[in-house]
Amino acid sequence: MPEVIMMPTLTPLLAELVLALGALGLLMFGVFAGERSAPTVTGVSIGLLGLAVLLVLFAGGDGTTFNGAFIQDSFARFMKVLTLIASGFAIAMSVGYARLAGFQRFEYPILIVLATLGMLLMISANDLISLYLGLELQSLAIYVLAAIHRDSIRSTEAGLKYFVLGALSSGMLLYGSSLVYGFTGHTNFIEIANVLADGRSTGLVIGLVFVMAGLAFKISAVPFHMWTPDVYEGAPTPVTAFLAAAPKLAAMALTIRVVTEAFAPISMDWQQIVAFVSIASMVLGAFAAIGQRNIKRLMAYSSIGHMGYALVGLAAGTELGVQSVIVYLVIYVPMTLGAFACILSMRRQEHMVEDIESLAGLSRTQPMTAFMLGAIMFSLAGIPPLAGFFAKYYVFLAAIEANLYWLAVIGVVMSVVGAFYYLRIVKLMYFDEAEASFERMPGELKAVLVLSGAFVVAFLVFASPIINAAGTAAASLF
Amino acid sequence: MIGLGQYLTVAAVLFTLGVFGIFLNRKNVIIILMSIELVLLAVNINLVAFSAFLGDLVGQIFALLVLTVAAAEAAIGLAILVVFFRNRGSIAVEDINMMKG
Repeated sequence: MPEVIMMPTLTPLLAELVLALGALGLLMFGVFAGERSAPTVTGVSIGLLGLAVLLVLFAGGDGTTFNGAFIQDSFARFMKVLTLIASGFAIAMSVGYARLAGFQRFEYPILIVLATLGMLLMISANDLISLYLGLELQSLAIYVLAAIHRDSIRSTEAGLKYFVLGALSSGMLLYGSSLVYGFTGHTNFIEIANVLADGRSTGLVIGLVFVMAGLAFKISAVPFHMWTPDVYEGAPTPVTAFLAAAPKLAAMALTIRVVTEAFAPISMDWQQIVAFVSIASMVLGAFAAIGQRNIKRLMAYSSIGHMGYALVGLAAGTELGVQSVIVYLVIYVPMTLGAFACILSMRRQEHMVEDIESLAGLSRTQPMTAFMLGAIMFSLAGIPPLAGFFAKYYVFLAAIEANLYWLAVIGVVMSVVGAFYYLRIVKLMYFDEAEASFERMPGELKAVLVLSGAFVVAFLVFASPIINAAGTAAASLF
Repeated sequence: MIGLGQYLTVAAVLFTLGVFGIFLNRKNVIIILMSIELVLLAVNINLVAFSAFLGDLVGQIFALLVLTVAAAEAAIGLAILVVFFRNRGSIAVEDINMMKG
């Protein structure tokens, strides 16, 4: 009987289609309208991301398509909405910077939309091939974003470093994928899990290690974190704000899906890897940030540490653990965006300043900004009753329920060490002599700062719907 | 008769050479780009060898997609290298040092 080639169902990936077609349309519009089109393209890009949020939430329905390579479930929906929101805020936060720094390029929001499309595909990937293609679409767009300030030596150097190390990590991920394919005979996650249920070979474990190494690079977990401080410092600040939020979400979601679906039968093997990576990230994030003077480098080490804490929940390998990772990410994103809204507003005499010392005395020159940044710093340090405390509480709780007491103890000790550098910023703002004040904060940064500050301070109010939604999302993986 | 083991050995050797080429090379960024290609081609040998051994076409399709993405990656890498060269006037690895690390 001749095989009939059927057109795959496209309804589960409506949001992705809208982003892909929208980005291509905007690219044509930008080329024909010239540089003046930048504000329009920015606005339409945010609109596209908003439309994608609505489509993810209300259209399509769950299911797999493209022979099981693409999956839409409640986990994918939850992470997609979070990623789209983070990307939308990242575009909005670049508006003031673009105007003030003479950096109005229409390519910038389009590249963010393309990177976001890659992230959505990563979150929905259910096959080693779609995993790789989504990851590369995201990475290739971000390499260009890091180097987008093409007259700046630091920005191009950041792009080059990110490219070289990113390409290496893709290579490792692919080598691991090829071994997993070879030793199981399948690329689909469900079928890999079916084969692994009957036992595993040494070659497959080597493949698993390479795949985990490639994924650890994308979430910038130690020992694959080397690029993070340099790229964060060198890239233009709005790009750094984007890099610190959305790609982390997508890469973490991808890691969660790979280990809990494809490698679920060999959880003993990957739990060791995740626990090691998690401890190393927490320790490095806590100690290496202490000596930093540049606030973007400090945020880089801070994000390494936070990914370590999130991985504590994944190391537990339970449904509760995955739920705690999702809650952690929901809280991590507004904290990061709020902190970067402050960093973006640090301008004196037409120049960005990135020195931590220049925050001295902010409580006297800009009391509201200082209060919000102070709240975000306390939250990043994990001090109750702010959001960051609950994030850490849930991951440590998941680790304890999985009998990983030592992991939880190391996590608590490291968050005490890490509190030092967050509190140092608060001390600088409130107890040191004021320097000259910063320029007026653009409206959209104020909005982001107020929103994230309110989320962090009043987290208890929204805690239960977020935790319930994260629970539903995690349940769809088990 | 050349079996699966021989192909996997060649791929593993090429992969190792590529990774070492990235880390040990102290001269030129172009050599790093060549090493990246070496890594990706090692993966392709693996995929095609497994595909032939398993009698399953998916591995060859994967290899074709890897080739396509590798071309896009090389294009972007060279473009970034060109803008870096315009700013720095050099593509020596030791000159990529504006930021410590």
